[in-house]
Amino acid sequence: MMLARRRPDRTQAAECAPMAAGIDNSDPDRARRFRDAALPHLDAVYTLANYLLHNTADAEDAVQECYLRALRHFDTLRNSDIKPWLFAILRNVCRAEYARRSGVVLHVVGAEADNSEATVPLWREAQDSPETEVLRELDAKTIRRLVAALPDSFREAIVLREINDLSYREIAEVIGAPVGTVMSRLARARSMLRTAWLAAEGQPT
Amino acid sequence: MTCNEAEVLLHALLDDELDAGHARDAEAHTAACPRCAAELREYRVMHAAMSSGELRYVAPASLRARVNAMVPAAAPRAPNRRMLFKGFALGSMLSAAAAASIVITVIRSDQDQMITGELVSAHLRSLQAEHLTDVQTSDQHTVKPWFNGRLDVAPPVVDLTAQGFTLVGGRLDYVDGRPVAAIVYRRSNHVINLFVAQGSSFGHGAKFRTVQGFNVKLWSEQGLNFWAVSDINAGELQEFEDKFEAATRPGAGA
Repeated sequence: MMLARRRPDRTQAAECAPMAAGIDNSDPDRARRFRDAALPHLDAVYTLANYLLHNTADAEDAVQECYLRALRHFDTLRNSDIKPWLFAILRNVCRAEYARRSGVVLHVVGAEADNSEATVPLWREAQDSPETEVLRELDAKTIRRLVAALPDSFREAIVLREINDLSYREIAEVIGAPVGTVMSRLARARSMLRTAWLAAEGQPT
Repeated sequence: MTCNEAEVLLHALLDDELDAGHARDAEAHTAACPRCAAELREYRVMHAAMSSGELRYVAPASLRARVNAMVPAAAPRAPNRRMLFKGFALGSMLSAAAAASIVITVIRSDQDQMITGELVSAHLRSLQAEHLTDVQTSDQHTVKPWFNGRLDVAPPVVDLTAQGFTLVGGRLDYVDGRPVAAIVYRRSNHVINLFVAQGSSFGHGAKFRTVQGFNVKLWSEQGLNFWAVSDINAGELQEFEDKFEAATRPGAGA
């Protein structure tokens, strides 16, 4: 990961204040509709934030910012599904956070995504492992570590599918890519994870 | 179908994203190809391990509070013009004091209704979001201390399993912009959320409301307001209140 692992500076919290001021809270019905629609997904959004940002303090700030933006633009949602919409907002918040920390990271994320499509046949590599090898269940802590080690675009695909239980169409909506890209990215992500999984078996956790 | 072609389909098969035709093709391939079959089995193990819920994170109460604070929960509504007018129109016939009391009653019942609506929303959220409990245990001596430091009240927590209502756990929730205790019970397949907050607005003898098909029972005891919200019928909810009150009454040994 390219991210500097440092505590977020608290200016971010301060930035929230003027944005909050721009929110129209005069309509109590709108506020309640937002609560009922958006708050049930708080844990799921927080989960994705943790996997994208790698630390809980940054994740909390990103989720708060995500909900501020969502509340501000709630009227634009119309009748679409709120869950992928929230995830897409969170993803933008996280990418903006990358960009703030380092000017080059955004480019790297993009390059990595391109790379994934160019090297599709690579996902066959995991098949080279002997067939006698049996993949066993690992404990949650180890799986988290393996998922965290995946490159950005593969990590987000697998978290959205396996942990947050989104459909391919919903994932496509979140990452703004065609369903075909979702499928190939997920296949590659699972293949990489499987290789790491087999390597992690038998190792002390 | 070659193994290369099957590769992507395997995942879509696992994720239940294939139409019937492609699913049949993919299954036919794995039936004939032990290597792809083994791979699919392994991906299934991974899928099961990852989707069990253990890998999810639960938003801390502080974050929940921060997000909640962004949406001021419908500030107590100012009495609107029409209600005031109604109050004064009647007031001209009655004494001024009586008029004032009518206005207060009108405003209060309006606010009660709003809070009841919010409680039902909170009940629904707790069922939808897989966030029924922050602390999950049937041990009343674990649930009660959990609320310490999270609330300005110490809600009574009793296990009523013997009386037919199983204690499932506790949760911090927000109603009217204030944190409240939610104690969660189960009766067969039905969930009962018992919300507890400071106040004594209902008196004894309890009130009953039905909102969106949910039954809400309100009562006050020892300076606390209680709202029991559930889809069980009114009689059972009354029974719940009776059992709860009997168990928490001073000297009941709870």
